[in-house]
Amino acid sequence: MSRTFIGMPAFPAAATDALRDSQLRHNLRKATHTIRDKRDGAVGELDDWAQMRAAGKAIKDRTLRHLDVYLERLEEAVTAAGGTVHWAADAEEANAIVTGLIQDTGEREVVKVKSMATQEIELNNALERAGISAYETDLAELIVQLGDDLPSHILVPAIHRNRAEIREIFLRKMGEWGVPAPENLSDQPDALAEAARVHLRQKFLDAKVAISGANFAVAETGTLVVLESEGNGRMCLTLPETLISVVGIEKIVPTWSDLEVFLQLLPRSSTGERMNPYTSTWTGPTPGDGPQEFHLVLLDNGRSDVLADKVGRQALRCIRCSACLNICPVYERTGGHAYGSVYPGPIGAILNPQLHGTSGEVDASLPYASSLCGACYEVCPVAIDIPEVLVHLREKVASGPGHRTEKAAMSATGWMFGGDRRLGLAQRVLSATRALAPKRMPGPASAWTDTRDLPDIPKESFRQWWRAREKERQRRDDGKGGERP
Amino acid sequence: MTGSREKVLGKIRAALADVPREERPEDVDVPRGYAPSHSDDTIPLLTDRLEDYKAVVHQVSAGDLPDAIATALKRRSLERIAVPPDLPAEWTASAPVTLVRDDGLSIPQLDSVDGVITGCAVAIAETGTIVLDAGAAQGRRAISLVPDYHLCVVRADQVVNGVPEAISRLDPQRPLTWISGPSATSDIELDRVEGVHGPRTLEVLVEEA
Repeated sequence: MSRTFIGMPAFPAAATDALRDSQLRHNLRKATHTIRDKRDGAVGELDDWAQMRAAGKAIKDRTLRHLDVYLERLEEAVTAAGGTVHWAADAEEANAIVTGLIQDTGEREVVKVKSMATQEIELNNALERAGISAYETDLAELIVQLGDDLPSHILVPAIHRNRAEIREIFLRKMGEWGVPAPENLSDQPDALAEAARVHLRQKFLDAKVAISGANFAVAETGTLVVLESEGNGRMCLTLPETLISVVGIEKIVPTWSDLEVFLQLLPRSSTGERMNPYTSTWTGPTPGDGPQEFHLVLLDNGRSDVLADKVGRQALRCIRCSACLNICPVYERTGGHAYGSVYPGPIGAILNPQLHGTSGEVDASLPYASSLCGACYEVCPVAIDIPEVLVHLREKVASGPGHRTEKAAMSATGWMFGGDRRLGLAQRVLSATRALAPKRMPGPASAWTDTRDLPDIPKESFRQWWRAREKERQRRDDGKGGERP
Repeated sequence: MTGSREKVLGKIRAALADVPREERPEDVDVPRGYAPSHSDDTIPLLTDRLEDYKAVVHQVSAGDLPDAIATALKRRSLERIAVPPDLPAEWTASAPVTLVRDDGLSIPQLDSVDGVITGCAVAIAETGTIVLDAGAAQGRRAISLVPDYHLCVVRADQVVNGVPEAISRLDPQRPLTWISGPSATSDIELDRVEGVHGPRTLEVLVEEA
């Protein structure tokens, strides 16, 4: 059985453990800085980026404000094109629908295109319980699956692994199914990619059923869109006989021409490329070309709850580019696992508490997993004001039962400034008081400001406070091991 | 249709109670101030951008196309080449290879050829993208996917500058494959390396305007 995020410690505890893992921090720093630079280059090439971003935001707002209309339109168009549409209110229902559809084909194996929605509903575990083997085919997902690991990044789920670790996982695990890794496998990325190609090749050629998500679903035409790089997506979307796509209800765009915006925003924000190597679009089955049976499973699973919050609903504009993760000083230091969900980083910090509610300890701590520096908002291609939603959610946590706020806030400050550069970071945060300024929190938000006065702490006081806290932590740590969750 | 259709739609409608009843989707303004494209030097730009993504590119005059195809295949010592049933016969007239016509080849048969030749529907200069729509001279999607080498012919009149122009030319009812360079991955330390599951070599012959 694959691992799940259930039972993870709350963010401050998980982050503290992650901060002590110097290999993890090194891997993350290298990867996030590489991708940041690439993204800056790709975005800087377009002088109308701001206008494109405004259009992307508005198209998503139009969709969300009339989501019921567009969902019905999408259903009609997909059905007219020969596909079958299913509706899943929650993860359990989605898993049952997909399991049933696979069982109808008589197959016991499926290949998968990387999909956040199926990670979110833990489809692979549900299929395993039903005796169906699901093979992840995206390289990073494969690394996570073979390593019996958890995803830590939206775009690159194995971002926390470096080449040496990946080599070791391939050597140890590829032999369990598919073609084993060659004994003399090096840790060069091209050699590792070649090993993945050989390992998965026959699985692709033999596959009868594929599971995918979608980056976009066009209501007007019933067209599904998948962006990818490796060709594993094309293999899954083209060679099998049956294709099942699990798609969150917020993935809709109204018209075909709206894609002209998102096919520019997404690749440049995500991998920092002008265009990703492969994009596939399909509208129902095409006779003689690709899967002849197509099922679309529309997934709610808490999204309609997010939609009900007038401030928080902007999180549903997200196109899963992961630029906010890559720029985030907190994510860079803690990694994705600390967020306790398949959606890590700044977007996860506002999405998870809204999808799940804030009754759990992990989700209640996430709105504090941020310095509110605002970098995530600056890079977001659909202009989600993440700091605004974080503050809004803190207010919700504060007005909830018990006195969790101070505990969550203070322990969050503790991990945030952990590590060797803590003071420098702290000073930067103190100066970036954009969203911390009391004037941004009128009315009921005072419940939050009552327990938070970080921006006013003078430098020396902070350091004194920190030293005392560090001593206390050291004392506690001496009594227990430091295993990473 | 299976599942909780009415439940999901009901929850969405309840969640949107603050949206005025009379508001229509098109009442939500979408500012379209972005540019239709960012450059005018179409074909040189296409060449530059394709090469940037490690595709092999040649500009050829229409008359030289058969020779250019033959030269490309010879250089790599490729012997068995899949072609869509409607590939113009003159394209491969001087190619010293065995042509394997796709009249419904099985997947193992496709896996046994050395490469494939296709045309395309549209090419986008500023992103270095070639779009196949399963139309004329392109065949079904599998033939440009399974073989390890893809030779693609782009006519001058198929090249557009930016993404919006491509979107307006393409028919979403057709299955589309947008290709920007050979298959690649950035999954190891976010460093891009070319060559994973899709064709590891993409060679493009761009007809001169």
